[in-house]
Amino acid sequence: MQRYDSTQTFCLGIEATADDFSVGILNFKGKVIANVIDAFTPETGGIHPREAARHHAKVAGKVISMAFQEAGIKPRDVTIVAFSQGPGLGPCLRTGATVARALASYLSVPLVGVNHCVAHIEIGKLSTGAWDPVTLYVSGGNTIVSAFDAGRYRVFGETLDIAVGNCLDVFAREAGIRQCEGMSFGAKVEKLAGEGKKLADLPYSVKGMDLSFSGLLTAAVRLLKSGKYRLEDLCYSLQEVAFSMLTEVTERALAHTEKREVLLTGGVAANKRLQAMLKAIAEEHDSRFCVVPKQYALDNGAMIAWTGILAYKHGIVTPVEMSFVRLKWRLEDVNTPWVKE
Amino acid sequence: MLIKKGAEASLFLEDWQGRKVVMKRRLPKKYRLPDIDEEIRTYRTLHESQLLHYAKEAGVPTPTIFMVDLADSNIVMEFVEGKQVKQILNDLSSEERQRLCKHIGEFIGCLHYNDIIHGDLTTSNMILTPSGKMIFIDFGLGEKTVELELRGVDLHLMKRAFQSTHFRYAEECFNAVLEGYAKVVGGKMAKKVLGKISEIERRGRYISERRKIED
Repeated sequence: MQRYDSTQTFCLGIEATADDFSVGILNFKGKVIANVIDAFTPETGGIHPREAARHHAKVAGKVISMAFQEAGIKPRDVTIVAFSQGPGLGPCLRTGATVARALASYLSVPLVGVNHCVAHIEIGKLSTGAWDPVTLYVSGGNTIVSAFDAGRYRVFGETLDIAVGNCLDVFAREAGIRQCEGMSFGAKVEKLAGEGKKLADLPYSVKGMDLSFSGLLTAAVRLLKSGKYRLEDLCYSLQEVAFSMLTEVTERALAHTEKREVLLTGGVAANKRLQAMLKAIAEEHDSRFCVVPKQYALDNGAMIAWTGILAYKHGIVTPVEMSFVRLKWRLEDVNTPWVKE
Repeated sequence: MLIKKGAEASLFLEDWQGRKVVMKRRLPKKYRLPDIDEEIRTYRTLHESQLLHYAKEAGVPTPTIFMVDLADSNIVMEFVEGKQVKQILNDLSSEERQRLCKHIGEFIGCLHYNDIIHGDLTTSNMILTPSGKMIFIDFGLGEKTVELELRGVDLHLMKRAFQSTHFRYAEECFNAVLEGYAKVVGGKMAKKVLGKISEIERRGRYISERRKIED
């Protein structure tokens, strides 16, 4: 085997599953040397997949140059290129994949397709030192409770309809809250919730290990339109109910798997109230609570690059003809030979 | 003595009026607001004790209830000796496993036929006594309803439980369950529920077959 210096071997990761286009560069030891995120923020409404993809195509070149600048390395120093192959929005994924293919063939380096959900778990493990956690992955597109079991990341519970982040976002938009630089809908809802006191009656919907947020959203919007509640109180109630549901299901998975760690990851992980709830159950079950640092909570290229490294070290590469995007790639279907129980 | 610390409730083995009983206590959850917490605990305690009773009427054995204390969210019930189906299912022969699963299906059929939804159908919630009798436990998330949707969700949960804990035999187990289920509720009803299950699965996230099947 050829000897190599793992601190001088680099992976460039491209993330483009939804509204963020991001490029991260890590060395093979797992040190993040660049992580540049460019978010697509629509003026009104949600993410239109094609518009987001157009944004990604526009900023791709700039973001890649910025990443190389931040990392202080040259394109020729890159050993592999990793990209998010799925799950996500088709047009966005395809744009990211096109950029990755072009870059890999230009540099004549291997390409590695990465599952976005696995990447969120892996960056959480890397940045917190968690080894074998029950993971709650919460974002605008996903709500999954998972743990490693019998060779795969298994899904123990998930949303049956919309993601919790989507629930909070749509509620915020219905309430006329404006998103601004550095402050997402989730962060604004959290801030308003901090001033809420009165608990509104909202449906708590846990079905075994699975969750449902669409009824909760409808009920919250209905109360909002009725004008009988202050917005602060509704944000507070929405958070309390939604997060209690998430915590209950995570606790169930924890009790069932008897793991010793709880990992909170994904965009909604930044919420302090959710962190506090999960910390409480982790303590109750003598487990360690880990939360992903803010810079790796949202979709980012670093997590893709790191997962690409793990896969590549275990002989996984994605030939260009196999690099089609996988819009509905489930967590359980991912081969993860690097994870040991 | 604490025998099981679940996520939702803790089970204590106790001596009560000279009997060996299980005390199911829904202790307050610190992470939830007291208002939400109390409502959930009281609701589930009340409904669980009612459903345990309805299930017996439907012909599905459940533990005998001795006392219900709504103020503290406690249920005192019979201690059932035996093993969880989860513990033994993987070690059975294929034939025995299918027979057991068919039996499970019949019991689920009896529940659904009588509008009872278990709400947490996993192999940990079924106990096989040394004499070979099966007892269903933990109706804490159950409901009494005529809704087809919830029957589908209930069986879908069972399927998911097989897939996560007995993934090697998931398919044969679930098929046997369906066979027993159809025997009780009738082929027509079973077909309806089955249709609902695939609808729920398609609704689920990132299922590759989701778009292929026409609506």
